[in-house]
Amino acid sequence: MLKSEDVKVLGSWSSPFVMRARIALNIKSVNYEYLEERLWEGKSELLLKSNPVHKKIPVLIHGDKPICESLVIVQYIDEVWSSGPSILPSDSHERATARFWAAYLDEKWFPTMKTIGLAQGEDARKAVIPQLEEGLVLLEEAFGKCSKGKPFFGGDQIGFQDIAFGCFLGWLRVTEKMNGAKLLSEDKTPALLEWAHRFCSDAAVKDVMPETDKLAEFSKMIMAKMRAAATPKS
Amino acid sequence: MAKEVKLFGMWASPFSRRVELALKLKGIPYEYIEEDLSNKGPSLLKYNPIHKKVPLLVHEEKPVAESLVILEYLDETWKHNPILPQDPYERAMARFWGKFIDEKLLPTSAKVGLSKGKEEQEQAMEEVHDQLKILENELKGKEFFSGNSIGYLDVVANILFWFRTEEEVGGLKVLSTEKFPMICEWIEKLIKIDVVNECRIPKEKYDDYVKLRQKASKSASS
Repeated sequence: MLKSEDVKVLGSWSSPFVMRARIALNIKSVNYEYLEERLWEGKSELLLKSNPVHKKIPVLIHGDKPICESLVIVQYIDEVWSSGPSILPSDSHERATARFWAAYLDEKWFPTMKTIGLAQGEDARKAVIPQLEEGLVLLEEAFGKCSKGKPFFGGDQIGFQDIAFGCFLGWLRVTEKMNGAKLLSEDKTPALLEWAHRFCSDAAVKDVMPETDKLAEFSKMIMAKMRAAATPKS
Repeated sequence: MAKEVKLFGMWASPFSRRVELALKLKGIPYEYIEEDLSNKGPSLLKYNPIHKKVPLLVHEEKPVAESLVILEYLDETWKHNPILPQDPYERAMARFWGKFIDEKLLPTSAKVGLSKGKEEQEQAMEEVHDQLKILENELKGKEFFSGNSIGYLDVVANILFWFRTEEEVGGLKVLSTEKFPMICEWIEKLIKIDVVNECRIPKEKYDDYVKLRQKASKSASS
C-alpha cells in the first residue's frame, strides 16, 4: 500500500473540482503538497505528463500514480485511506443516491451556471437563474431525504454529496452577487441555506473555500476573456 | 439476498443494454420491463422523476438511475462475480475510462451524425478517431479492457459495438481494422461470448428503428 508515500494535488484556487480533492484529503487528515497551476499562463509539464488525456486539474499524484477527474479522486481517497472517517455512505442505495446527485450537479446544474458567463446581455443571464433555482429546489428535497434531520447530506459529518455540491458554493455566491439574485433563499431553500454556512465553516473546508470577492474579481476577468474568445471574427 | 430486481429499459439504448449485461454477468435474476420512450409508463416517471430516463433499476422498491451509478450499485450489493477491480488504483482507472467513454467519446460520435456538410463531418470524424486512438492504447497487452476477463470497462465500452467495424458514414469509416486493430479484435472476442451477444442491439432492427424515427421527425416538421 502506498499510504506513507508522497501525495500531491495539482490544482487552482478558483476551481470547485480541485476543492473536492482537497476537502477529501483534509477529512482523512492526509498531508499533501499543493501545487498551484497558473492556468492562464500555460499548463505545467507535470500537469501535461500526469493528465495527458484531458490536461485538466485536479490531478492527485499518489507516489508516482496520477489519478484524474474529481469524483474519481474523491472515491480513490475514500478507498485508500479507509481508516479515516468515511466519505461515501456505507449503505449501497445511499451510495447510489450520492453518486446520482453528484452526476446531476456535474452534468446538468453546474454547466447551466457556467452559461451565465457566456450569456450576452443581462436578460440572457437572468433567464438562466430560474433554471438554477429549480435545481436547487430539487437539491433541497434531496437534502431532507438524505440528511434525515442531521447537519449534512452525509449525516453527522461531511460526505460525498456535501463535497460534490458544496464545492460550488463560492461560484454560487459570485453568481448571486453579480446578478443581484438570491439562489439559496429562506423561502425556497431554507435547509440548504443553513447547510451552506455549516459546510463553509467546517474545518475540512474553510481553508480551501475561496473568498467570494476574490472569486468575483477573477470571474470578471474570465468572463471578459471568454466573451472575447466567443465573439465571431468577421 | 435479492428480493426483487426490476430493470426498466429500452432495447435500442446502449445504456440500458449495459445494465442488462452486468446483471447477466453477475447472475442476478431480474424482471425486464420494456419502455416505450414516446409513451413512458407511470412507474418509470414515478421512480425517475428527475430524468425520466432508462435504464432505471428498482431493487426492493428503491430506484437507482444512471447506468454507471447502477453498475457500481450492482457490484456493491451483489458481491459475487465482481465487475470492478479490487485495487483502489485499478478502480480509479476503470472509473476514469468509463467517464471518458460517456463524457467524451459518445458526444463526439453524436456530432458525426449531427454534422451539417462534409467539412463538419470530417472534422467530427477526426475527433472521434483521436479519441479512439487513446482507447486503443488502453488495450495494449490486455485481453480485454478489464484485463484477463471482461469487467466494468468492457461493459461500459459496449458503445463501441454501435460503431460497426468497417461501416461507413458519409464515405468515412468510423472504425476500421486497419486503424484500430485492437478495438476490432476486442469486439470480435466479445461478440463470441453468449451473454454479451444476448445484450447487443440487433443491427437490422436498429436500422429500421432509426429509419422510422427519421421519417417521423421529417413528417413532424413538414
